[in-house]
This record gives sequence, structure tokens and C-alpha cells, in this order.
Amino acid sequence: MVEKLSKLNFNKLVEGYKDDFKMYQVLDEKGKVVDDKTMKEFTDEELVDLMEDIVWGRALDERTIILNRQGALANYATAGGQEASQFGTLKGLEKGDFLVPGYRDIGVSIKHGLPMEQAFMWYRGHVGGNKYDKDFQMMVPQVVVAGGITHAMGVAFAKKRRNEENVVLAFTGDSATSEGDFYEGINFAGAFGVPLIVVVQNNGYGISVPVHEQTAAETLAQKGVAAGVASIQVDGMDPVATYAATRKAREYALKENKPVLIETMTYRFGPHTMSDDPKKYRTEEELNEWKKKDPIVRLRAYLTEKGLWEESREEEIKKEVTKEAQQAIEKMNQEPDMKIVDLLENMYEVKPQNIQEQIEKYKAKEQK
Amino acid sequence: MANLTFAGAITDGLKNALNKFDDTMIFGQDVGPNGGVFRITDGLQDEFGDKRVFDTPLAESGILGMTLGLGHEGFRALPELQFSAFSTEAISPIMGQISRYRYRYGGTRNLPITIRTPFGGGVGTPELHSDSMEGLFGGIPGLRVVVPTNPYDAKGLLLSAIESNDPVIFLEHLKLYRSVKGEVPEEYYTVPLDKAAVVKEGTDVTIVTSGFMVHESMKAADKLEKEGISAEVIDLRTIAPIDMETIRKSVEKTHRAVVVQESQRVAGVGGNLMSEIGERCFMELDAPVSRVTAPDSVYPFVQIENEWLPGPDAIVEKTKETINF
Ligand SMILES: Cc1ncc(C[n+]2csc(CCOP(=O)(O)OP(=O)(O)O)c2C)c(N)n1
Ligand SMILES: [Mg+2]
Repeated sequence: MVEKLSKLNFNKLVEGYKDDFKMYQVLDEKGKVVDDKTMKEFTDEELVDLMEDIVWGRALDERTIILNRQGALANYATAGGQEASQFGTLKGLEKGDFLVPGYRDIGVSIKHGLPMEQAFMWYRGHVGGNKYDKDFQMMVPQVVVAGGITHAMGVAFAKKRRNEENVVLAFTGDSATSEGDFYEGINFAGAFGVPLIVVVQNNGYGISVPVHEQTAAETLAQKGVAAGVASIQVDGMDPVATYAATRKAREYALKENKPVLIETMTYRFGPHTMSDDPKKYRTEEELNEWKKKDPIVRLRAYLTEKGLWEESREEEIKKEVTKEAQQAIEKMNQEPDMKIVDLLENMYEVKPQNIQEQIEKYKAKEQK
Repeated sequence: MANLTFAGAITDGLKNALNKFDDTMIFGQDVGPNGGVFRITDGLQDEFGDKRVFDTPLAESGILGMTLGLGHEGFRALPELQFSAFSTEAISPIMGQISRYRYRYGGTRNLPITIRTPFGGGVGTPELHSDSMEGLFGGIPGLRVVVPTNPYDAKGLLLSAIESNDPVIFLEHLKLYRSVKGEVPEEYYTVPLDKAAVVKEGTDVTIVTSGFMVHESMKAADKLEKEGISAEVIDLRTIAPIDMETIRKSVEKTHRAVVVQESQRVAGVGGNLMSEIGERCFMELDAPVSRVTAPDSVYPFVQIENEWLPGPDAIVEKTKETINF
């Protein structure tokens, strides 16, 4: 396609970028269905199941914060508010699909199959948290932001090479999209045509830095365009929209052997981790605006009206979570403390001379 | 047996590996139809198909992040980094992820990958293409770093690296690719990943070195021989781990050691070698351990690189100083 240069208008060009990125929604803030057609794709059972997951996620988040305050865990990246982005998208996966979580996605990793005591051990800083069954379809939580996207792309490449009918889903954040690895990961995924779904949970902040300071791009979804990757923006507080979008993305990724980028517009109600005070970088009003969009509130409204949900169920789930968490803490506490010898043993399959020497040294020390 | 160049021996090793292990894959920039800028993968895509040997987009961090993902899934991924000088683009996957992988999984998983990359200087590359960063890699716990110096070792060490379930960085010296030839068995064989080689026996002084400097040290040893000084030359072969046992035995015999490296004085593994020898062999030494290195500037522009690189004369001079201490 050729165009006359006289038609060039830079201002219009840039303004137009965002036009392709409307935010997909199914249930609005009040729990009103804005997309009947998509809603009909779900059974009542699926929706109740979804509600149970996000209520469970919220309860676990609250519980984990308490456990931290009590000193049982070493830190925690809070996830309250992001349940639709996390548990909603996870719901769109099928058995055998692979998850690459980040440090904020531990609750949702438990739903994917990570034993809760191991999730807690990860936060506690105990390597036992990362010892997985051989065929568990998950990588250990990624801490180097955006690094996981390139790994996820490699796993997706392997799945495709082996003709496995499974996708890889990688979670990442808004600020992570400023990283080179974000671009390299999605660009490789597009170039190689692999079934990778990257979910950018745009919670508005990278620790304290607002997203509009990260980039001049008005949406993060549009960052996928340059890589030729199908990219969408979804209401990340609408659990039905995230569920449906991921389900569709999965189908497309497998059928076409192509990646998808999903930006979910969300918010974390709590601090970045247990060691920061959000009041320093965001206002109470902003938080309250977002609380109106709470995924639990809107799905509760919808399901209650349909006679599918009672709030007492939420109390039950909370109690279950408290119990589960208690048991997990007990299991975690039974795990022996780590030893330097074990760390050294774990470094290599075949131990080099220096490691052997040091193992001997620490063995003598640690046996005392 | 075939008489092969260093480059040819690596290609031969890759072929053996592709035949022996179904889960091997070679990928990187220009490694497909072009056969790599140094022709190491020449003909491999034709022979093994584009599912086993293929080009990637030009992004080093992406290549090595992908390598980790493939390794996680059990593939013996064999990425080629076009020049190790550009591995700085991939320091996060190498140092931040690949080396930490096994430890992070509590020893429950292995990452059976081998990163091949040319290194060193002396071949007149454009600016910023040459460097010796083996000291940087060697200082990363969790990696194995291999530096072959002749065709036989190149193939045998490469096959050991590929066989190994630990991640390996395999450093191929640019100047060796076409300058050395040797007899290489056609069949599959391995050379261990933790044994230095005594490439010349001697009684008066031990020269510990690696990479192209092994060849420069051999030239120096010949000159010294003519002056009545018998030097033992040790080719480290792997710089992570370093085979201190072989070095210790030699120093116990010669009572003197000179460390020779192509990289700068602040870089490389020379400083570490010296202190290890000092710690382990102090009572055996008749002179301080000394070293020959490049000066502490960045790798130079090509017009002056031969003056910058350590050579036989500098090695002879330093060795005599050590002998006459
Ligand atoms: C490469 C890298 N740089 C810096 C950090 C420190 N860090 C941890 S989380 C974070 C903010 C990430 O923000 P975002 O991607 O928006 O994800 P969120 O935490 O909001 O979920 C930073 C800077 C890191 N973990 N990794
Ligand atoms: Mg964020």
C-alpha cells in the first residue's frame, strides 16, 4: 500500500493508535449483562464455580496478609482486587495447560495445582516451595519482571514441537511491558507461531510508578501490534470477560498456532508488598473508585439475582480458607530448615571439585 | 580419523549430537541456511531439517530465555550466540536465570542446555566484536564454562557439554577456528568436563593457561627450552570448574607458577588461579605466583590489537622473572 506523503499528519496518527483497543466487557460494575451472547456461552455451574474461585482468592489474600502480620511468612505481594485478572483468566485454561506465574500470582498458582504449603514456603523463602512434581505444568514464580515471558515462549515452542494440544499462559504486569524481555518474548512468539497467551495485568502501578509514566502508549495491548500478535484489552475487574477472553484466546492459539496478548484493566486494593504504603503514591478517592468495580461485587449481584448465590456461601469459603491456610502453615513448619549443604548439592547434577570441597566443609559444620 | 580444523571438529561434534540425541536443537542468528557467520553449522539445516536447526530473531535475551523454556521441557537446546561480546545483551538469562535454575527448583530439575559462542580476539573483527569474558562467566555459580584449544578436545568437550544435564557455556576461540588442525575420530567420544590437560611436561615452572594462550604458551615454552628452562604447560580446558588437583600436582613438582590469560588483569580467572595456588601450595612455592595478562583497557580497536594481546615474548619474560626470583 502506497500513500501520498502530503496526507501525513503525525498528530492524527498517534491519536488513532488507541482506537483499535476498546475494552471488552460482559458484566458491568453493577452486575448487568452488557454482552448477552457471551454470557450465554456459560452454564450456571461454570459461573458459580468462577464465583467460588474469586471469593476463595480474595479470602486467601486477606488470610495471607494476616499471616504476614503475624510473622508466619516473610513477605507477600498482595493480589486483592485482581481476582478477575488472575482466577478469571486461569478458568479459561484446560487440563495440561502450562502456567508461568509472577510473584503476585501465587494464590492463582494454588488453583493451578501448587500445594498451599509450598506457596507459603515460597513466601517464607524456603526452597521446598519450588520442589515440584516432575509433570506439574508450571514454572516457579518469576521474580525478574518480564523474564518469564521469554521462558514461557520457549515452553510454548516445546509444546508445539511435540504436537501437544496445550497452551502456555504467562502472567505479567503493566510495568513489565517496558522491559526488553517483554518485547523479545512476544516478538519471538509471533515469529515462531507458538500457542502462548500473555496476560498483562494492568493494575496501574509498578510498585509506585503509574502506568502513564511507563509509556506514551495509551493502551498496553497495542504494544502487541508491532509484533504481529493478536492483542486485546479486557475489563480486568469483570471475571466473566477475562474467563471468556482467555477461553477464546486459547482456542485461537491452538487452532492457528499463534500467540495472544491480553491486557486486563485492574487494580490492586492493597499495597505492592507488605513493605510499602500506597498512600504515598495514590489517593483514597482513586482506590474507592476502583472498589466500585470489585469483581466479587458484580458477579455476586448477577448470581444473586438469578438465585444462584447466597452470601452465606462466601462466609463458608472464608472459613474453609482459614482452615486450609492453618493446615498449610502447620505442614510448612514441619519442613526441616534448609542447610548450606543442600544448597550446594542442588547447584549441579554432577558436582565439580570446588562444590565437593565445600560440601565436605559445611557437612562437618552443620553436623555439629 | 579425519584431519579437521578446530571449526570442523565442532561441526562434526554437533552432527554427532544431532544424530545421537533426538531432543537436541540448534538455533541462533544466521545458523540456518547461512550456516552461522563462522560456518560452524554449515550444512546442518540441510542434513537435519529446519525443525532441528533454525534461525531466530535477532535478540540475545530472547534466544536464551527461549533456551531456558526449552530446557525446562527437557530439550537439549544448543543456542549459538553469534559473538560472546554481545552476550552482555543476555546477561539476565545467563546469570539471572539459567545459572540459578537447578538451585531454584531445589535440585529437582536439570537444565540440559549448552550455549556455544565465539570469544577472544586477534582476528581483526570490527569494534566491540572481540572480548574475553570467561572470567565473568566463570564467576557465576551454577554454570560450567568450557574452553577447548584443539580439534580433538573441541569435539570431545562439546559432546560432554551436550550430554551434561548442567548448563554449559562453550567458548570457541575466534583465532583457533581455522588456525589449528588435528586428527579427530569420526565416532562419538567425550572428554571430561573437569580435567585440565598437561600439554607439555616440564620440571622448572608451571604455566597455567587456557584458550588461544595455550598455543602462545607452547611457543614460549619452546623458546625457554632453548635457554635451558623446562616449563610444564597446563591447558585448563574448563575454567568452571577449575581442576586444582592437576595444577597442585604440577606446582608441587616445579615449585613455580605463571598464570597466562588473554583477558585483562582485572578480568579473567587469573587472579582466582593465583590465589588458589597461593592458598593450596604456599609451602611448595619458591617464588610468588606471577601472571601475564592484557592491560586493563577495554578490548582495543583492531589496529593495535596484536600489541595489546599477550604473546610468547611476554610469557618468556615473565617466566624468566619467576625462575630468577
Ligand atoms: C527486572 C526487575 N527489575 C526490578 C524489579 C523490582 N520490582 C519488583 S516488582 C516491580 C514492579 C513491577 O510492576 P508491574 O510489572 O506493574 O507488576 P505488579 O507488581 O504491579 O504486579 C519492580 C520494579 C524486578 N523484580 N525485576
Ligand atoms: Mg502493575
